[in-house]
Amino acid sequence: MTLPLSLGSPTATDQVWSVSQLSASVKRLIEKHGIQLWVRGEVVQCKAYSSGHWYFTLRDAGSQVRCCMFRTNTMRAGKPPADGTEVYVLGKPALYEEKSEFQLVVSRMLPTSALGRQQQELERVRALLHQDGLFDPTRKRTLPAYPSLIALVTSRDGAAVHDIVTVTRKRWPGVRLLVLGARVQGEGAVEELVRALRLVNRLRRVDLCILGRGGGAREDLAAFNTEAVCRALADVRVPTVSAVGHEVDISLTDLVADVRAATPSAAAELAVPDRRDVLRLVDDLSGRLAAGLTARTRLASARLARTADRLQAAVQVSLQRRRNQADRLAVQLDALSPLRVLGRGYAVARGLDGQVLKQKADFVTDLPFQLRVADGEVRARVE
Amino acid sequence: MAKAGNGGPAGAPLADELARLEEIVRRLEADDVDLDAALTLFEEGVARLRSARERLAAAELKVQAVLEEAGGDIRLTDMDE
Repeated sequence: MTLPLSLGSPTATDQVWSVSQLSASVKRLIEKHGIQLWVRGEVVQCKAYSSGHWYFTLRDAGSQVRCCMFRTNTMRAGKPPADGTEVYVLGKPALYEEKSEFQLVVSRMLPTSALGRQQQELERVRALLHQDGLFDPTRKRTLPAYPSLIALVTSRDGAAVHDIVTVTRKRWPGVRLLVLGARVQGEGAVEELVRALRLVNRLRRVDLCILGRGGGAREDLAAFNTEAVCRALADVRVPTVSAVGHEVDISLTDLVADVRAATPSAAAELAVPDRRDVLRLVDDLSGRLAAGLTARTRLASARLARTADRLQAAVQVSLQRRRNQADRLAVQLDALSPLRVLGRGYAVARGLDGQVLKQKADFVTDLPFQLRVADGEVRARVE
Repeated sequence: MAKAGNGGPAGAPLADELARLEEIVRRLEADDVDLDAALTLFEEGVARLRSARERLAAAELKVQAVLEEAGGDIRLTDMDE
């Protein structure tokens, strides 16, 4: 809690600020959020120092603001702009403490006319590539289902490598990532990207190639909109994924690649399967394999059972036929039996020696003999 | 070049392995395979399942930088990401 300020003269309880404290405090207020924004204006009084830094004023009809642009950024910006050049600058509001001067620390400068030219160049390249069929949906290749070697063309120090490694390790760790480093923006980016993409074709057993970059300003996409990079990407012999822009940015490489991903992380998700899904597939195949064999054996035993049934039926038919035949024979046999003849009233006469007496001469007077009739034997004598 | 992770040291690529497994299962599920052939297919299926599981279980992600040397030779170096 602060005490009320005495307005007549500072007292012992009043805090008295030094100029430096005031300046530092305002600086903190202005800079604490690190806001970055695009500002449009006209450049005047641009001074390029031998250190490489530029100092200039940006103004419009109503206001002006001091700007500084440090060497690391002016290197990419080309020549210092002439007075009166209309530009877009990307900068952070800041305070130059020594003079307590509000200023804009500029990281990127783009003449408004250049933006128009950039757009024209983009359309020219787009038309050319379209004419050559590089955007043709029929030339799109499908990504391999289970890659084991992935080439990654991107900045070695950028976030893309980290993002792709993180996602891949989580989903499909049995993979090798080969990083082909290339600058992705600024001077030399086009040449390095082309060289890296060509190098992919010299690697053996690569399954697919990811061309990656983080998000960022539209200007940063420039290399990915060049004809050279697009053609080098189209010449890559394995399926390609372009992960150059964020959701809102689309580059020409996105249109040339076989698959476009919004971010490098999304590219990794498209490039590799989730191991858990594949394990589930293997489990499913395992279950079906076992069930398949069981079904086969069940089928075989059912067939066997059917065969046994038919065999038994055949034997039974055969037995029945034999039984009928036996019955028929028995009837015939019965008809032929001498007992049947006796049954009709005939008798057989035998001598005591068992000889059948067939003729009159066999019957001598007083000869005892036996008569076989249907139900037994009778002793008799010739008279 | 060192051997590839999921490609396995000597075996077929995982994609081929799984495609063959799918074919084996489909043939077993059809009615026109005799028992001897079914048993042979089953044995092959079990071996391929084992191999697929081993491949999925093994393997540690490896990140390497590819460098083209002045003479055009390619050199791979391990990266810390």
